[in-house]
Amino acid sequence: MKYYDKLIFECSREGRCGYSLPRNAFPAAGELPAALRRQAPLALPQVSEPDVVRHYTNLSQMNFGVDTGFYPLGSCTMKYNPKINEEMAALQGFQGLHPLMPARLTEGACKVYEEMDKALAAITGMYKFTFAPCAGAHGELTGLMLMRQYHINRGDLKRTKVIVPDSAHGTNPASAAVCGLEVVEVKSLANGRIDVEALKPLLTDEVAGIMMTNPNTLGLFETEIGTIAALVHAAGGLLYYDGANMNPLMGVVRPGDMGFDIMHLNLHKTFSTPHGGGGPGSGPVGVARKLVDCLPAIRVSAFHGNFGVILRAYAYILALGQEHLRKVGQYAVLSANYIKESLKDVYKLPIEGVCKHEFVFDGLINDGAHDDVPGATTLDVAKRLLDYGFHAPTIYFPLLFHQALMIEPTETESKETIDAFIEVMRKIAAEAAQDPNILHDAPHNTPISRPDETTAARNPILKYQENS
Amino acid sequence: MARLPYLPHTDADIQAMLDKIGVKKLDELYSDVPAEFLHKGVYALPPAMSEQEIRDCFASLEAMNAKLKVFVGAGAYDHYTPAVIPYLCARSEFLTAYTPYQCEISQGTLRYIFEYQSLICALTGLDVSNASLYDGPTAAAEAMKMAVACTRKKTRVLLSRGLLPHVMEVVETYARFHGVQIGYVPVMNGQTCPNCLKAELAKDDVAGVIVPSINRYGIVEDHTGFADAIHAQKGLLIEYCDPSALAVVKTPGEWDADIAIGDGQPLGLPLSYGGPYVGFMAVKKEHMRKMPGRIVGQTVDKEGRRVFVLTLQAREQHIKREKATSNICSNESLMALWVTIYLSLMGPEGLKEVNKLSTDGAHYLYGELLKTGQFEEVFPGKPFLKEFVLKPKQAGLQERLEKAGFFAALPTEEGYVSFCVTEKRTKAEIDALVKAVKEG
Repeated sequence: MKYYDKLIFECSREGRCGYSLPRNAFPAAGELPAALRRQAPLALPQVSEPDVVRHYTNLSQMNFGVDTGFYPLGSCTMKYNPKINEEMAALQGFQGLHPLMPARLTEGACKVYEEMDKALAAITGMYKFTFAPCAGAHGELTGLMLMRQYHINRGDLKRTKVIVPDSAHGTNPASAAVCGLEVVEVKSLANGRIDVEALKPLLTDEVAGIMMTNPNTLGLFETEIGTIAALVHAAGGLLYYDGANMNPLMGVVRPGDMGFDIMHLNLHKTFSTPHGGGGPGSGPVGVARKLVDCLPAIRVSAFHGNFGVILRAYAYILALGQEHLRKVGQYAVLSANYIKESLKDVYKLPIEGVCKHEFVFDGLINDGAHDDVPGATTLDVAKRLLDYGFHAPTIYFPLLFHQALMIEPTETESKETIDAFIEVMRKIAAEAAQDPNILHDAPHNTPISRPDETTAARNPILKYQENS
Repeated sequence: MARLPYLPHTDADIQAMLDKIGVKKLDELYSDVPAEFLHKGVYALPPAMSEQEIRDCFASLEAMNAKLKVFVGAGAYDHYTPAVIPYLCARSEFLTAYTPYQCEISQGTLRYIFEYQSLICALTGLDVSNASLYDGPTAAAEAMKMAVACTRKKTRVLLSRGLLPHVMEVVETYARFHGVQIGYVPVMNGQTCPNCLKAELAKDDVAGVIVPSINRYGIVEDHTGFADAIHAQKGLLIEYCDPSALAVVKTPGEWDADIAIGDGQPLGLPLSYGGPYVGFMAVKKEHMRKMPGRIVGQTVDKEGRRVFVLTLQAREQHIKREKATSNICSNESLMALWVTIYLSLMGPEGLKEVNKLSTDGAHYLYGELLKTGQFEEVFPGKPFLKEFVLKPKQAGLQERLEKAGFFAALPTEEGYVSFCVTEKRTKAEIDALVKAVKEG
C-alpha cells in the first residue's frame, strides 16, 4: 500500500466531464419559477472518466479487505465473500425490478424471499422472517419493536424495561433506547456467563424481555440458557437473540430450540455477503409463531429491505446446502480454539475452557514495561499487526476486560494463514518484552502513521474546502 | 461428498488443530452446549449446489420476473448507472473491507466517505453530512428523533401529507416506540399548506417539521416562510429531498432548513427491488453533535500528512451505548461510494442535464397523455420535474400497460395515477406508451 494524497475535488478542471448522456429529443419544458430554483453554484468536481477511474483505484489501494488478507476482527465474522454471489446479485432481471411492482410482475424475487424464509427458519428454528431491516442494529430495533408490540397486543402495557448483559454489543442498549425501552444491566460471573442469581430479582412484571447473544461476546456458550429461558418466560418476558454470533452455531444449535422468541441474523456476517466498508448489510428478523401477528404493524425500511444482499446470501445458502452447513460452525470453532491454545502462554487468557467462534485475550502477559517506559498495550499490539500484513482483532471490547483483544478467525482461513498469524502474534509478544517502543511507534509500514485523533474531534474538518 | 471450495481445511489440518487443542473430535468442541440443544434432526435445506447449478437456479428465478420499461418513481427512480461505477465498486479492497476502524489501512474508505460528505453538503447547501444511513425513510425517522433531542421539551413532530406514504409509515413506526407524537400538515392545492402549518405551530409543542422538497404528486413545493415560522417557536425545519433534483431546485440550505434528508438512490443506484439504497443526512453545524451515524474528519498523522479518521465518536453506540444518538452501526458505505463516483462523473453540468432530459421527457409525456382525452389534470399549472399525477377516466390502466410492456400509471390512494420519466426513457418508448394508452 502506498500513500496517495488527492481528493476528487483536487482532480477537477473547469470544463472536463465524465458523463455520456443521450441527445435531448424533446421540446423544452418551461423553466421552474425563479423562487423555486437553485441559486447557489453547484460545486461538484469536473473530472474525466479516466481521472475518476484512476483516482478511486488509487484510493482502493490504501484499503485492506478480506481478499487482501486475514481479518480476525472479533464479532464481525469476516469470512470469504464468494464471487458467484456478486454476479447473481447483478443480474439485470433482479436489478431492474422497481420495488413497487406488484407480485404478479416479480415472481422470481418473491420466490427468493420465500426460499430464504424457509432456509433461515430451518437453520435457526424460528417460524417466520421479515427481511426489511438493513443491518444488524436495524434488526435489533425491529426485534425489540416486535417484542413491545407483542405485549401491547396482549394489553400488557407496563413492560417497558429490557435486560441486557454487561457483555452485550453496544448496539443492544442503543437499540433498546431507540425503541423507548429502559435498559437494565445484568452482570456476568467470573466465568464470563450471565449471573442467573443476579437475573432472578430483575425479572419483574415490567420486563419486556432479555437480549442475549449466545455464544456471548467472550465467545463463551451461555450454559445456563435453558434455565434463563424458563425464568424469563415464567416472568412473562421474551428472549431476543442477537445473531451477530450465530456463525459457530451453524448446523449445530438453533436459537429457536434454546427458547429464543425473536432474533436477527447478520447476512453480511454469517451468510458471507461482503461488508462493503460499513454496509450495505441485511438484518432479517425471525420470530416464533406466537409473534407472527405482530409483524404487519412494524414498517422499518423503504420497501423490501436490501434485496441485493439477500440475493447474495441466497446464493451462499445454495452452495452450503444440507451437506456443508455444519462445517461452517465446526471449522469456525476449531480455528478459534486452535489460535487460543497456541497463544495463551504469551497473551492473558482470562477465562479458560473451550470457546466458540471467538475468544478474548486481556492483553500481553509480559508487556515489557520497565523504568520509565510504559508497557505495550492492546492498541499497540493491534497497530503492530498491521505492519505484518494482518488486520487487527477487535480491541477494547467487550468492556469486561481493560485490554480486551477479541479474535475471530472464521472457517474460511487455511491452517497456513492461521499459523502465520500465530507466529506474528508471538513475535509481537517477544518484541514487547524486549522493547515496547517498537510497538508504541507502530505501524511503520502502512500508508500513514497514527493520526492525531484529538485534533480531529476538537476542530472538526468534515468536508472539503479549497486550500484546506 | 464434494468439498465446499470456500473451506480450506484438509483432514490433516483438522487433525493437527484438534491435537493442539487437546480434543479428539470436532463434536467435543461443543461439549459446553447442553445435549438437549444440540440439533439432532436433519436441516431442511436443499442439497448443496455446484456453481453451475447456482447459476442455473438464478437464471430460472430471473426469468420469472417481468421485464418492463419503468415509468414509475414514487421513491425509486430508474436513472442511468455509468459503467464505471459498478466496475470500481466491485474492487475487493472496497467491497470486502469492514468499517474503517483501523484507519492506517482504511484510508481508501475514509477518503471516499469524506468526499461523499463534502458532496452531500454541496448538494444540500448545509454544513455537515454523516457517512450515510440505511435509506430515505429511516433517515427521516432519525431526523424525527434528532429534532426531539435538539429541542428537548418539545414532544411533537409534524409530517407533511405530501411526503411519500412509505416515508410516513416508517417515521410513524419509529415514533410510536420512541415516544414521539406525530402531527400532520395537510396538502392543499398540491402543496404543504402554510396556514395549516402555522395553526399546528401555535400549539407550541413542535420539535420539528418534515416537509418534502418535491412531494408525492411530483410537485416542487414552495416553502417560503416555513423556516421563519418554525424557528420562531424553536422547532427544526427538515427537508426531505430527491438529491438528484437538488441540482436545479432550491436547496434545504436556501430554505434555511436545519436538516436535509432523503434517499441517495436517484444518484445512479439500480432499482434492485428496493435496496440496497442509501439514506443521507446533512445538518447545520450547531446540530452536528446530535447527528446519528458515523462521521469522517480530516487530521494529520505523525509525519504531518493529511489523513482521515472516524471522528466525533462520542455520539455513537459503541462508546455511549444506551445514551448514543442512534443505534446505527453498519450503514450503507459501499452505496455512499456509488453515489460519490456518480457525482464525480456527472459533475455540475451532467447532473443538470439529467434533470433537463428527465423533465423535458416528463412534460412531453404529460402533454401527450392529456391529448388522448383519457385523463383529467389534477394540479394544473403546478411546477413539476420528472414525476406527475393525472386522474384517469377509466380504471385498470396499470394492468393494461403492463401487457404492453410498461410499468406505469401507479395508482395513488386518491384515485390518481402517477408517472415518472428519467433520462433512460426515449421518445420512442414514450410514444409507444401513449399509443398503448390510446388503444386501451
